[in-house]
Formats: sequence, structure tokens, C-alpha cells
Amino acid sequence: MAEQHQTYEEQKTMVFNGLIRLGIITIIEVLIALLAKGHLIPGVEFKHGFGHYVYMILMAGFSLYKAYFIIYFFMHMAYEVRGMAMTVLMPTLLLVWAIIAFFQEGNYWRTSREHIQLKNEQGREENVLPVPAGKPQGYMLPGTFGHYNS
Amino acid sequence: MAETSVAHHDVDEQDENQEMWDGGKSPFRASYGKLMMWYFLLSDAFTFAGFLIAYGSLRFSMPTWPEPDFVFRSFPFVHAHWPLIFVTFMTFVLIFSSVTMVRAVQEGHRENSRGVVFWMLLTILGGATFLGSQAYEWTVLIKEENVSITRNPFGRYLGDGYLVKMDEAGKPMFTESVDPATGRQTLTPQPLMENGEIVQVKEGGSYILHGHEHNGQVELQRPYIHYTTTEKAGKTEQLAEGPKAFGALFFFITGFHGFHVFSGVLFLTIIMINAGSGVYAARRNGYEMVEKIGLYWHFVDLVWVFVFLVFYLL
Repeated sequence: MAEQHQTYEEQKTMVFNGLIRLGIITIIEVLIALLAKGHLIPGVEFKHGFGHYVYMILMAGFSLYKAYFIIYFFMHMAYEVRGMAMTVLMPTLLLVWAIIAFFQEGNYWRTSREHIQLKNEQGREENVLPVPAGKPQGYMLPGTFGHYNS
Repeated sequence: MAETSVAHHDVDEQDENQEMWDGGKSPFRASYGKLMMWYFLLSDAFTFAGFLIAYGSLRFSMPTWPEPDFVFRSFPFVHAHWPLIFVTFMTFVLIFSSVTMVRAVQEGHRENSRGVVFWMLLTILGGATFLGSQAYEWTVLIKEENVSITRNPFGRYLGDGYLVKMDEAGKPMFTESVDPATGRQTLTPQPLMENGEIVQVKEGGSYILHGHEHNGQVELQRPYIHYTTTEKAGKTEQLAEGPKAFGALFFFITGFHGFHVFSGVLFLTIIMINAGSGVYAARRNGYEMVEKIGLYWHFVDLVWVFVFLVFYLL
């Protein structure tokens, strides 16, 4: 049984506080999203480049804060034994690497596709010689790009 | 004196720490059920993380992706477009139901059966409202906008240009002109006019392909467009469908979350009935069952925070 760390009145205040906090953050998130996508002020938008990166980091930060608040106060993780909290929270750190690795992979697929498309278009336009028989036909294989350039 | 008391305190804590793991009582000061609920939620978090990371990497692998403020802009009973407002409403419904759940758990600690039932009832209503909202959102996407797990009518323009007028057979119409000097014939697509103005498009702007019935099946109309900028300049081509993965990812991930909400509502109902009929009062453990389903319900809200982030905000 969890111990009572707060009085009943304090608990009720915490709930009200949490409602206001999560609500305000959500409203701010949506307002920033509408601003960044150009719906609030005509001509102002952050869809590309540096502004877009700042926007994405800001949104991720707000979401992580909401997650922290829900776990620590609504789910009472702040009042659990430290060891137990760590057995639940630490494994999620593995996801940091999963995110980095898979997003990097996704980015690589896109650049590969663009490269293939570019080479195909070049091949069509320059009407280059067909790949000699006996040579690998797949344009994804390393070393086959040279035929299209020569 | 102060030093000795500090040292004494340290020894006390060490002893206590030692005793905690000596057996006979839970070193985590949590019951078996509650601990296992935490570990279930951890594993579920990894499942959701896997799906969301798959969404992210597929999105990164596409040159374009539908814009959420263009896709999610309908609101019940309103004919105007309100970007993201309906999903914000859904988010608030889940926040409210999370807050009422915390109140139910607190009333449980005070062994107040009436309070538990009252706040759980509000939580269930919140969950049901969320499910209804999601049903509305899906219905609009499937029935009106023709999104399916293999078809995505939402796309983005690849350059500036204008839409081309089509004949009755759905072919683009051209004006022929002959250069008197060289005698070469050129074809210029006729622009589509609306209210006396050419229908212009801008690079990166969003479009939706409208569906029409053909042999009992809905087919997407793909108007022709003539580009005037970027490497597409001078080309006339049909608008393409957006990335196919969008529909499958959207329905699968929000559906999986919705299924969690649905099972949550079922369990909340069962536990509310038990709480009302005095099952948990007899156990004298501060309505721990309410606390456990509360953990699950907050987790559903927690997942929505990230679904909201990746599907609607970014």
C-alpha cells in the first residue's frame, strides 16, 4: 500500500494544478503548431530550415514535459521507491538509440531513392549504352553506377 | 553531537536498506499486482514506441508527406475548415478523464465508495466520448475523403504551376500554336478557369484527390497540372496520390490506441461496478484495484500525448 504523502486537500490541489498545467501546455502546443503552419499570422510560417527544427524540438520538449508530469504525479511515480522507479524508467532510455538509428535509416532510404531516380532520368536523357550482358543489372548494387555515367 | 547524530542516521538508513531486501516484505513497497501493472505498461510502451518509430522512419524516407493541418481539419456540424481543433478537443477529453481518474484513486485511499464510483463514472464517460470522437474522425477520412490502408488521396505540389482544363473524357486540353519562323508546332495546356481566374498552385501546397463512383468502386480523380517552376517546369502531368504508408500507419496506430481506450473503458466499468457493490471495501487495501486500472488509464493518456505529437503536430 502506498503511504499517504500528502493530505487530502493537498492532493485535490495537485489534481487541479495538473489539469490547468496540462491544459495550458496543450493550448500552447496547438497555437504554436497553427502559427508554424501559417494559419495564425498571414505570411508567417516555419515549415522549412532552422525555424522548422526549432519548432520540432519545442513540440517534442512540451510532449516530454507532459509525459513527465503524467508519470510522476498522476501515476505517483514521484512517491515510489527509487529502485522501483528506475526499473521502469531506465529501460525506456534504450529508445533514444532506436529513434536515432531508425530515423537515420529512413533518411538513407530517401537519399537512395532520389539517387536512383536521378540516375534513371540521366540514363533516359543521354540515351546511354545498355548495361553489358553478364554484368549485374540491379542499379542498387555498388559499382554499377559508372555505366550510366560513361 | 551533530556529527554523531548524522552518523547514527546513516547507520539506521543502511540497516533499513539491508532489512528491506531480507525478505518478508516488498522492497519496492508495492504490491505484486501494482508492480506487474508497471512492467506491463513498460512493455506496452515499447510496443507503441516501435510503431511510432516505424512511422517516423517511413515518413523520413518519403520526399513528401501529407500535412496534418490539411488532413485533420473537419469538425462535426461545421462546414468550414478548422485545422487541428477537433483533435485538440479529443486531447482535452483524455486529459479530463485522466484527472477524474486521479480523483477516483484518491477517494479509494479514503475508502470512500461513493466517491470512487462517481469519479470513475466521469472517467468512463470521457473514454466513451473519446472513442466516439475517433469514430467520427475515421468516418470522415474513410467515407468522405477516401483514405484507406492502401490509398492516400492527400498529396503535395512539387512546383508552382496551374491546373489544366480537361475534356469530357478526362484528357487534358491543349492549344496548338505554330512558330512561323521555324514551322515547329507547340502544344500549350489550357489553364482551368474558376470565377474568371486561372487556378494556380504553389510548391509544397496540399491537395486532396476527390473520389467518384466507377463500376461500383470509388476511384480517385487525378487532375492534370502544368508546372512552371523547379525541375518539373514545362511538364504537364497528373497529380499523384500521396505516400501509401500514411493511411496504413494512421489507421493502425490510432486504431491500436483506440483499442487500448476501448479495453480501458471495459475494465473501468467492471471495476466501477465492483467498487459500488463493496467488493473492494471488504479487501481493506485502499481500493488497490482502482489504483491499478488508474495506472493503465494514465498510460493510455500518455501514449496519446505522443500520438498527438507525431500525427497532428509535426
